[in-house]
Amino acid sequence: MKLQSKYVPLAATVSLFLAMSVFGSVSYTGFFSMQVFLNLLIDNAFLVIVAVGMTFVILSGGIDLSVGSVVALSTVVLAKLVQHFHWNLMFAIPVVLSMGMLFGAFMGWLIQRFRLQPFIVTLAGMFLARGLCYLISIDSISITDPNYTVLAQTRIHLWAEGAMVSISAILALLVLAGAVYIAHYTQFGRTVYAIGGAEHSAVLMGLPVAQTTIGVYALSGFCAALGGVAFTFYMLSGYGLHAVGLELDAIAAVVIGGTLLSGGVGYVFGTLFGVLTLGMIQSLIMFDGSLSSWWTRIVIGTLLFVFCVLQRLFETDRRTT
Amino acid sequence: MSKLTSPSLLARVQRHPLLWPVVTLVLILIVNASMNPGFWILQWRDGHLYGSIIDILNRAAPLMLVSLGMTLVIATRGIDISVGATVAIGAAVAALMVGGKLVITDGLPQHISRFPMWLAIVCALLTALACGLWNGVLVAKIGLQPIIATLILMVAGRGVAQLLTDGQIVTVYYPPYFYIGSGYLWGLPFALFIAAFVYVAMHLTVTRTALGLFIQAIGINPAAARVAGVRERLISMCVYAFCGLTAGIAGLIISSNVKSADGNNAGNLLELDAILAVTLGGTLLTGGRFSLAGSMIGALIIQTLTSTIYSIGVPPEINLVVKAAVVFVVMLMQSPEFRRAVRGWVVRPDIRSHP
Repeated sequence: MKLQSKYVPLAATVSLFLAMSVFGSVSYTGFFSMQVFLNLLIDNAFLVIVAVGMTFVILSGGIDLSVGSVVALSTVVLAKLVQHFHWNLMFAIPVVLSMGMLFGAFMGWLIQRFRLQPFIVTLAGMFLARGLCYLISIDSISITDPNYTVLAQTRIHLWAEGAMVSISAILALLVLAGAVYIAHYTQFGRTVYAIGGAEHSAVLMGLPVAQTTIGVYALSGFCAALGGVAFTFYMLSGYGLHAVGLELDAIAAVVIGGTLLSGGVGYVFGTLFGVLTLGMIQSLIMFDGSLSSWWTRIVIGTLLFVFCVLQRLFETDRRTT
Repeated sequence: MSKLTSPSLLARVQRHPLLWPVVTLVLILIVNASMNPGFWILQWRDGHLYGSIIDILNRAAPLMLVSLGMTLVIATRGIDISVGATVAIGAAVAALMVGGKLVITDGLPQHISRFPMWLAIVCALLTALACGLWNGVLVAKIGLQPIIATLILMVAGRGVAQLLTDGQIVTVYYPPYFYIGSGYLWGLPFALFIAAFVYVAMHLTVTRTALGLFIQAIGINPAAARVAGVRERLISMCVYAFCGLTAGIAGLIISSNVKSADGNNAGNLLELDAILAVTLGGTLLTGGRFSLAGSMIGALIIQTLTSTIYSIGVPPEINLVVKAAVVFVVMLMQSPEFRRAVRGWVVRPDIRSHP
């Protein structure tokens, strides 16, 4: 049985994750437990959601730098609505989600309609969303609404005694499942891959390139807003300085997850393992105790480097054969 | 020049690439002067000029330097988002090597540096150059996309800077070092002279040699440039290395100005400001045509905008929204599709164009 070459990056990521888990379990006592692994998911639920949206953007050959700011904006708006205006969650959350989606769609429209570079448009979107946070509130708004705190602290027990997950972790898994369905079983998903492969050919094939491009950024904005909601479950506050640099973590997770930055190649499922690998690095450094926090960044940078170079070799290899 | 062959002065001004950047800068300066009557006042105080304008020029110097390096990178169709991290690394190396402690010699308190200052500066600049070269190798030799190649250093670079400073803010106690960022020469900030020197050197290099043409050729069509015999990879690599070097100089100025190096915050978001300055100056992000003078003006626009927002009493948080609005306007004006669309809204379409 030979591994199909298109699965190689995904397999590399999964094996790296497994190797790191084994290393952690052997080196540190108490590492090998269900809860440590579930905590990876709980602590990074918002990142999974955001990175899934980013995967679609990167698959289509674009990039979205605004996600971190949109997460922050969502937390601020949500906190403001719930805490100061006493809105019901049933209304506040859909409002925040549609706001994120409209924000993304607007950037997608600019990119598509005026042939602007995704990098610079989403950069401006990043400034705009971050600035809007401060216009709404300069200080951190903590959420003390009883319904909200109950929801945030709910833990759902799984089969094993003591092993539990939060609502946002389940939300993240649902988003992932939805994204896998969209990417592989809908026309939208196939069009995204086609645009990333060759936009011009996609146009000539008569695919709905314009709508799909806008849709991709709308989806990313939606995921970022949903990530913001999950972030408030985690932090119980809205603040303009939340999630600074989250876009880099999301891009790193997507790349480590095996998606090619040139677009058209990759799997949403790999992004989950990209995020888990980033979380695993943090857990290992935490369990070790003697390493300082900045090692996280250095290790993530090194991993990015290794994966990018491997991808590059893989790409040239595929082209020559 | 005879009047028949050359276009009128007005037409030439209208077509000049620096028209819009200069107009933007002048508009912001007018707003400033109307809001703040003392804006243009220059005073001679403590042996140097003193005033809002001087302050803006002094603060804009690091951004100018980074923007100059960034211009060349963008002209070759690249982008360097790691300059902020390079600034932090350069600043950390310089601050650590200069250090400085108080020693009493002959009854006089004196600050001495850990290593000679020139050595510290050379090492910091070499480190920054190495950072740039690393980016250049990843882009030109390995063939990574520029944004991703520089993302690696952007993520890891701050970690490296914090590793060097051990997560602390390194304070410098060596007065001669402060001259770089807050000293004055002939009544003007010394940092401005550094920026001006780099600008003039670059301007001469790209106009008096074929290098400017080569860079432009690479930006317009890398494959064609290679076929035409331009050593595309070597030039790209040097351009990234140079961008690292300018970021290193900016790091020296910034650390000398605040008398310390903070691995986490030095040069934070500087890459975005630099890209913005380059775009404002009329360099296209798609590569090719570039303007060093435009980038200098772009950096001045951003710094003046920031100073304006602080001085007219608007909450500084609005700064980001204003910047976003400026980026949106500038990039729309650069888009041929947008200009065509606007023409469609303003001018009534010809009957024949819609058969």
